[in-house]
Amino acid sequence: MSTADRAPTDVPDEPRNWTGALRRRLLRELPPDRLLPDSQPAYMASWIYLFGVLTVAALAVVIGTGCVLALKGPTWWHLSSVGHYVNSMHLWSVELFLAFMVIHLWGKFFMAAWRGRRAMTWMTGVVAFLASIGTAFTGYLAQQNLDSQWISTQAKDGLNSVGIGAFFNVMDFGQMLMWHIVLLPAVIGLLTVWHLVLVRRRGIVPPIGAVVPGDDAEAVVDPTPDQEQEEEQP
Amino acid sequence: MPATPSLPAHVLAAPIDLNGPGHYLNWGVIQISVANLVVIGIMVLLFVAAILLPFPRKRGRR
Repeated sequence: MSTADRAPTDVPDEPRNWTGALRRRLLRELPPDRLLPDSQPAYMASWIYLFGVLTVAALAVVIGTGCVLALKGPTWWHLSSVGHYVNSMHLWSVELFLAFMVIHLWGKFFMAAWRGRRAMTWMTGVVAFLASIGTAFTGYLAQQNLDSQWISTQAKDGLNSVGIGAFFNVMDFGQMLMWHIVLLPAVIGLLTVWHLVLVRRRGIVPPIGAVVPGDDAEAVVDPTPDQEQEEEQP
Repeated sequence: MPATPSLPAHVLAAPIDLNGPGHYLNWGVIQISVANLVVIGIMVLLFVAAILLPFPRKRGRR
């Protein structure tokens, strides 16, 4: 099946400018009924499918509380009771975020979630996980207490030994704060959006051996070599 | 200092005393804090429960 055959939005009379081309491409790649589906297959009624959305929910709390902390500053979160509360919310939502993400990762690993052209979904999740570890680490350093000073001096030699000491100087508090509140959150945010779009585009991964409803989805479970090849093309 | 005047401090205190160095377990080169081991244990239990426990189903679902 060629790309043109499955694109009802590709009307020849439409203007051939870049906005039109981009709109047609987006509608083809991610039609609204696929982006916001009304129903999901029955096999999604399992607790293990819950941990992805729990991870996203925890991330939303992490980002929300983190924005408040960044705006109000260390004096507020150290010395006021409300600041202390928001700081604790930030810590506990991070704990839940990482725990939910690890359980989500275990579940998807044992489900072989990269099946059916979902390799990029898996990889965006893996890189987001690595970026989350870096963000948690720099968050620890941003506390500037005895623990964080100890950890930064211990980590310094390790990071130098793998050759990223020049870009990632754990002894530089300002740089660590910027990695924690700007650069790594931007990476996690973009990867999360990409990951979610891919989940909607490819559909949730069925359990191994499950019967997938619908004609389109059958191809997802057992793609023919032709479909694999077609899908890989840019 | 008690948290509130009406309740004795031990009622509101953490069930485990967190003021002090952590407890660590050692197996050869492996060292892990009890706190981290407890968290990992809870996560494994949650994972197993998520696999085994039946999910409430809405009737008429595909």
